[in-house]
Amino acid sequence: MSDREPRTEGRGDSGRILYCHCAYAKVVPVETKREVLEQLGASGAAFEAVPDLCEMSARKDPALARLCAGGSESAKLRIAACYPRAVRWLFHAAGTPLAKGAFEVHNMREQSASEVVAGVLNQEGEPAAT
Amino acid sequence: MNTHPEPASSRPPRVVLYEGRGAAHLKAGRRFEVLHELLEAGYAVTRPAPAPSLDHEAAVTESHGEALIVLGEFGGGAPRWEDRAGRAAIEVVDLAHGDPLDRVHSSSEQDHAPRQNGWLPWFPVIDYDRCTNCMQCLSFCLFDVYGVDPEGKIQVRNESNCKTNCPACSRVCPDVAILFPKYKKGPINGDQVRSEDVQSEAMKVDISALLGGDIYSTLRDRSQNARKRFSTERDESKALLERKKCLKQLKKDLDIPDEVLMTLPSAGEIEERARRAKEKMEKRKARSKSEQDRRSATTEEWGI
Repeated sequence: MSDREPRTEGRGDSGRILYCHCAYAKVVPVETKREVLEQLGASGAAFEAVPDLCEMSARKDPALARLCAGGSESAKLRIAACYPRAVRWLFHAAGTPLAKGAFEVHNMREQSASEVVAGVLNQEGEPAAT
Repeated sequence: MNTHPEPASSRPPRVVLYEGRGAAHLKAGRRFEVLHELLEAGYAVTRPAPAPSLDHEAAVTESHGEALIVLGEFGGGAPRWEDRAGRAAIEVVDLAHGDPLDRVHSSSEQDHAPRQNGWLPWFPVIDYDRCTNCMQCLSFCLFDVYGVDPEGKIQVRNESNCKTNCPACSRVCPDVAILFPKYKKGPINGDQVRSEDVQSEAMKVDISALLGGDIYSTLRDRSQNARKRFSTERDESKALLERKKCLKQLKKDLDIPDEVLMTLPSAGEIEERARRAKEKMEKRKARSKSEQDRRSATTEEWGI
């Protein structure tokens, strides 16, 4: 393998980050989405960004299984999306339920961008709903 | 119009936005622009962590059935990528050459570019912590969105049949167990359910009873009256106004879109639908019971 070859795709980190862009509706403030996405990108952290969790759930997209796999109490899947109850049951509806205690949801409909970013990057911030 | 969601087998490729070894570090503005553009166009994006060290064992990306496109500024010397599971071919696209979205679109032409059929993901999601399996949603929904599983449990079966912006079934749910994540207000949008929400939902059911004991016939009568007025009125625009006025109150009460109100079937049809659903459920139950009996008989036969 040459020195120019890439080495990793976010493996072995202390938990995964998932960002939902809620692309097909205007219910999440555009500014909040923008700030969260900008700051996530600038943080250098590995993350997964999806256009719309609702759409993936309706399609029962197998990628949801990949996204929720590996979450545990010590390395939670940290999700920037909307209401925790909605996110939890969207995963369930797709046949890929999130394990209890293995995820936390930061709500871009209610929280500020800085609170959401602090939460998903596991910095000090508002306690998240699980 | 609400068209069908694409099956998972035709899902669009996933984009890996890569900035590690062998690729340039993107400027913040550029990175955001690329991410935003891809997400708006319906592509899922993975932003991998940078390689921890030069001597770290390589880990390539992994596909779960979807095609993969690795996007980055590679300066002409694009690295070789492999799918860890060996299932997908990975295409490497250099951001330095042309518009990233055009490049990704053209790379995914042989697969499936997203948002082709314009389906809006509006559908009910059941909170099974709250659902009591009362089947009111199944009886109420006019569009066969709901069904029951072999165990007789209510489930959302035909998401794409749901009428965009219609939250009517969640309005009639006595347990506030139906969510529409893209709805504007709580608790239907997934916000916490408070005791006053449960009370107000119960009141809504009472209101429907007050409207004549049968919300369906009330809706139908309203719709039929409006239709009558429409047919006898010479001035069509005036008739339309009249009809809109007539439906306004119900729309306000239940937040049901005009399109849905205009296509209401008769109370008889709704009752028939509920009867058929119940029949189907009982048949399934009986089938599952006879299957269980057969299994236990086989077990006894084998002396296990």
